[in-house]
Amino acid sequence: MKESFRILVSRVTAFLFLLLLVSPLADAHVNKHEAAGFWSGLKHPISGLDHVIAMIAVGLWGAQLGAPAIWLLPVAFPMVMAFGGMLGLMGVRLPGVEIGIAASAILLGLAVLLELRPKLALAAILVGIFAIFHGHAHGTELPPDQSGLLYSMGFVLATGCLHAIGIAIGTIHRWNWGKAAVRTAGGAIAVIGGVFLWRALS
Amino acid sequence: MKRRSPRFRFLVFGCVLAAGFVLFPARAEAHLNSTGLGPVYDGLLHFCLSPEDLLPVLALSLYAGQRGIAYGRRLLFLLPAAWLLGGLAGLGHATNITAANAIVSVLSLLLMGGLLAAAAKLPPEWFLGIVLALGASHGYFNAAGLGKPDERGLAVLGIVTAVFIFVALSAAFAVTVRQHWARIALRVTGSWIAACGILLAGWAVRK
Repeated sequence: MKESFRILVSRVTAFLFLLLLVSPLADAHVNKHEAAGFWSGLKHPISGLDHVIAMIAVGLWGAQLGAPAIWLLPVAFPMVMAFGGMLGLMGVRLPGVEIGIAASAILLGLAVLLELRPKLALAAILVGIFAIFHGHAHGTELPPDQSGLLYSMGFVLATGCLHAIGIAIGTIHRWNWGKAAVRTAGGAIAVIGGVFLWRALS
Repeated sequence: MKRRSPRFRFLVFGCVLAAGFVLFPARAEAHLNSTGLGPVYDGLLHFCLSPEDLLPVLALSLYAGQRGIAYGRRLLFLLPAAWLLGGLAGLGHATNITAANAIVSVLSLLLMGGLLAAAAKLPPEWFLGIVLALGASHGYFNAAGLGKPDERGLAVLGIVTAVFIFVALSAAFAVTVRQHWARIALRVTGSWIAACGILLAGWAVRK
């Protein structure tokens, strides 16, 4: 046991030394409109828990609803969210954005918890309205002096990946234990959304 | 005095020669922004490193592949040809075209991404018009924005070559896609590209 632990420590140490050989770019002088935009865009949607849980909830709900919602939501959501982002960038005011975002987490979480199955058009409209709130919040928070297209690419890619994670988790819905796990996750998302709503109102 | 072997003398001669070379260092030319790779390769790389050109072409190629082999074949030859004609028209212009270029980029991303996302059943003549408009407009702005006036023609050839290769690869890939989930993935790609276009419109207005 002691010998194997010593071997493990020596291997980890050797690995850490090897990591020193991998020297990433310093990025000490990021020029205006340079590639910093892509990484900033990629990081932005995953930087706020309120956005992350809502995106994952969309994926979970899509997986629960099955076809065609499972593919319609990931196709429609990025475009509607980008529309909200465009409104934010243009300076169009939208009242109660933070409340809308918190409400989206609560309602989507409840939809997953209760396995609600509304008509496809109603589900798409509900998700679309929430997408506008999320997009608008992102649009108003976007930093200046970024490459617009590179930022947008990173932003859309990260949002799409969050949906994909939600859908991938939601595939466990085919088993009984998976159904219970997905519904529990929905409940947890609703509770976290409640905390965000309380913070938005206080 | 002991006589050294021919092999040893050859080694010493090689070392002396190498040391001699060290005394005459050539220019490193490490900064390609001043030297470039030559006009053709510069043009080729220009396309590969310009997402405002790359994404609409990717969307249109995937859309053509999605619609079938006939559309893919038309695109393969028509798009580079239109790009070349637009490029030749733009060779004589080097004006400030930033605003017009931004509008073309937004419209291209929106239209090509939207077509792919919707898997639209576009009539062949409409498809032809879109291909010609995309190729000619992007080719024009590419050529008008290039530096070094005497090398622009070759750079346009490099860009057109890159367009041809890229269309061939992506349209051929989309033609082979048969599984249901993979065809949905193509449509999701289109929606992401269109979303980039919508956001880019917001950025353009913000600036």
